[in-house]
Amino acid sequence: MTLTVLKSTSQGSWEKRILKSLNSMCTELSIPLARKRPVGEQKELLNKWNEMGTDEPDLSLFRPVYAPKDFLEVLINLRNPNYENGDSLSFRTHLGLIQVPLKVKDIPELKEFFVELGLTTGQLGIDDSTQVPPELFENEHVRIGQKVLAEQDSAAAQQYIRQGSPTALRAELWALILNISSQPEDILYYEQLKTNVIQHDLLVDSLIYKDVKLTASNDDYYFVFEDYLYQVLLCFSRDTSVLGHFAYNSASPPKSYIRGKLGLEEYAVFYPPNGVIPFHGFSMYVAPLCFLYHEPSKLYQIFREMYVRFFFRLHSISSHPSGIVSLCLLFETLLQTYLPQLFYHLREIGAQPLRISFKWMVRAFSGYLATDQLLLLWDRILGYNSLEILAVLAAAVFAFRAVNLMEVTSLAAAEAVLADLSTLKVMPLLQIFLFATVT
Amino acid sequence: MAGKVKWVTDIEKSVLINNFEKRGWVQVTENEDWNFYWMSVQTIRNVFSVEAGYRLSDDQIVNHFPNHYELTRKDLMVKNIKRYRKELEKEGSPLAEKDENGKYLYLDFVPVTYMLPADYNLFVEEFRKSPSSTWIMKPCGKAQGKGIFLINKLSQIKKWSRDSKTSSFVTQSTKEAYVISLYINNPLLIGGRKFDLRLYVLVSTYRPLRCYMYKLGFCRFCTVKYTPSTSELDNMFVHLTNVAIQKHGEDYNHIHGGKWTVNNLRLYLESTRGKEVTGKLFDEIHWIIVQSLKAVAPVMNNDKHCFECYGYDIIIDDKLKPWLIEVNASPSLTSSTANDRILKYNLINDTLNIAVPNGEIPDCKWNKSPPKEVLGNYEILYDEELAQGDGADRELRSRQGQSLGPRGGRSRDSGRTILTTWK
Repeated sequence: MTLTVLKSTSQGSWEKRILKSLNSMCTELSIPLARKRPVGEQKELLNKWNEMGTDEPDLSLFRPVYAPKDFLEVLINLRNPNYENGDSLSFRTHLGLIQVPLKVKDIPELKEFFVELGLTTGQLGIDDSTQVPPELFENEHVRIGQKVLAEQDSAAAQQYIRQGSPTALRAELWALILNISSQPEDILYYEQLKTNVIQHDLLVDSLIYKDVKLTASNDDYYFVFEDYLYQVLLCFSRDTSVLGHFAYNSASPPKSYIRGKLGLEEYAVFYPPNGVIPFHGFSMYVAPLCFLYHEPSKLYQIFREMYVRFFFRLHSISSHPSGIVSLCLLFETLLQTYLPQLFYHLREIGAQPLRISFKWMVRAFSGYLATDQLLLLWDRILGYNSLEILAVLAAAVFAFRAVNLMEVTSLAAAEAVLADLSTLKVMPLLQIFLFATVT
Repeated sequence: MAGKVKWVTDIEKSVLINNFEKRGWVQVTENEDWNFYWMSVQTIRNVFSVEAGYRLSDDQIVNHFPNHYELTRKDLMVKNIKRYRKELEKEGSPLAEKDENGKYLYLDFVPVTYMLPADYNLFVEEFRKSPSSTWIMKPCGKAQGKGIFLINKLSQIKKWSRDSKTSSFVTQSTKEAYVISLYINNPLLIGGRKFDLRLYVLVSTYRPLRCYMYKLGFCRFCTVKYTPSTSELDNMFVHLTNVAIQKHGEDYNHIHGGKWTVNNLRLYLESTRGKEVTGKLFDEIHWIIVQSLKAVAPVMNNDKHCFECYGYDIIIDDKLKPWLIEVNASPSLTSSTANDRILKYNLINDTLNIAVPNGEIPDCKWNKSPPKEVLGNYEILYDEELAQGDGADRELRSRQGQSLGPRGGRSRDSGRTILTTWK
């Protein structure tokens, strides 16, 4: 299953659809994709820069360009044109929604990959609970973390964080692993983006506003940081350096043409400038980071790096092991192989598990878990440089609530059982699923 | 003889009534024989007033101390704390130690406050020392942010001046009592917003002092960005965090209600400021609550029929110093969001479990020492009997610079263990 096959067929048509949706919104509302702001408006925006949340533009006519469930439909309809040429027998028995036979890890392979999450290794998120004396693990772990930071050793930090990061060290450790250091030129770059925002208004800005208002502003944890989200996301959409990630992304950035020059490549511009069209829930990628960084340009840099390393894979079609297609397949395979009764039952009642877990994975669980748990999860994403843990966690959640799920008789009831993840402790769930379940 | 507890209340709130009903208690009127009366502060005034001649019997419990206002009226709270400090100073206690500027090292937790009109001249003297300061005027007897305003010019409070001629319509004795406090104009901001902390503290007895802190306190955020600019002094949405006021702001959100749990605050502060300073902040918060209770303990009528659940309002400044703003005897039981309703329901539930052991007809002569299992979301904040067992000097040793709190403080969402290794 190659990158090129997926790229040329499905990703291409998906991109066309998104762009069409954006263009038609633009036409319907008679709003240009981009326009230069008059000077008065620029001044006003500059004054309000730190409190854009108080702005109440009329967003009622804007719709998100797409929501995760639309994207799921696209993934469900993916087919490998080479399929007929005899793929593995085991795949023919795959009863999940994903019909693309990518290679995914099984539990023995996952145990090896995530060896540091094993039962005999100390973990933050488990071994720092009240009942455990800190001398047993926590104190030493903190000491090692401080040492790693003092030596500014990025590789060591990445290895270290597999066991979780102490809250006080997390901001610095993530910056170290992501190779972010706030140099003057970085701050300058951010200020330049801010200037772009002040000078030009983009249609996607309204989409960003709407998304923040619908998601983060209503979130118990993140509502406080609403204004930071605008400051990050508006700049992000104008950041052409983000285009660089398309080199290893099977997607292509959407293109727009200067008026009257449709189809003429020399008049093509990427739209939005960073090539990323936000979807419903996009702002939730940024929100948890506000608990760690309160300086806008640093927050921005961290988010941008997290996006181009990880998050973009969650909404583009590719065959990469951390791509959303692989994650979906991994999730379904884990469930079908290790919790077959549950899987069959849910399938029978029309509650394909992926329909419920998809939104968790697309958002990397942001907005579903309590913040401290989410940060422990994202520690491991950084530590293992992989998003596979999202699929494993999703399966672990189903395993945890299996008893209740076996009793439901409808998709709605299944959704209800899994509606509230805010009390879950992720590390014990992962550990039990990977290392303590009889397979 | 195990009968059912008979309850009365004059506060029609579902979080209360549901809790009574789930225990199988029986509702009666106040003229009948009752065992448990959850009363408003007006009613407690009547019950314990000299004229009423009310005598509570051993199987009757009420939810307020007769003279709770020693703590919950803004002017009396300040008066008692000042008195407490002076007493400690007189007996040469190390707790009353001052720094080179004459500020108490350990007992400076209430913003400089004066009573008006009584201390008007003292206030003017203080005001003139820092003329660019802002002060907050609060009526002594009101709640929910009513009647509060900010001033930064003496002319704005002319009518409280003792020899003011403009107050010809109002005689000295009927002038409403106000306190004026130095406004904390450098509050800690999160997301650019000001917030305060609401913490619930249950006191079962003042002598010996036994009090519990509810683990699930919360932060109340202002909907509008904080600015110390003088042009916004009148905008109460910027300055006052009372939900009763914020609820009417345009941006009030009915899902989260502008509130954060204390655990969120802790996570945020540890992540952005570090573990030690965060631990120190929370230890200081516990400290100032206990000190405020100790300050009023000598003057409190420690009636054995009483317990009380207070709502403490605390503001943290940008140097991570906590300030006690006020104590509420009747913290709001109205719920502004679904989360809120659950929190208050559980608060009452845990309170009743401690105050009325086993949900049975009470005997006010019991030792008021509930077993650990019934505490629920409360933890022991201070137990004077236990503390005295260990010797009073332990308190002084820990106050003088050694690390406070159990094991330097722990940070998880599931809450902390016992707070009081310093006593």
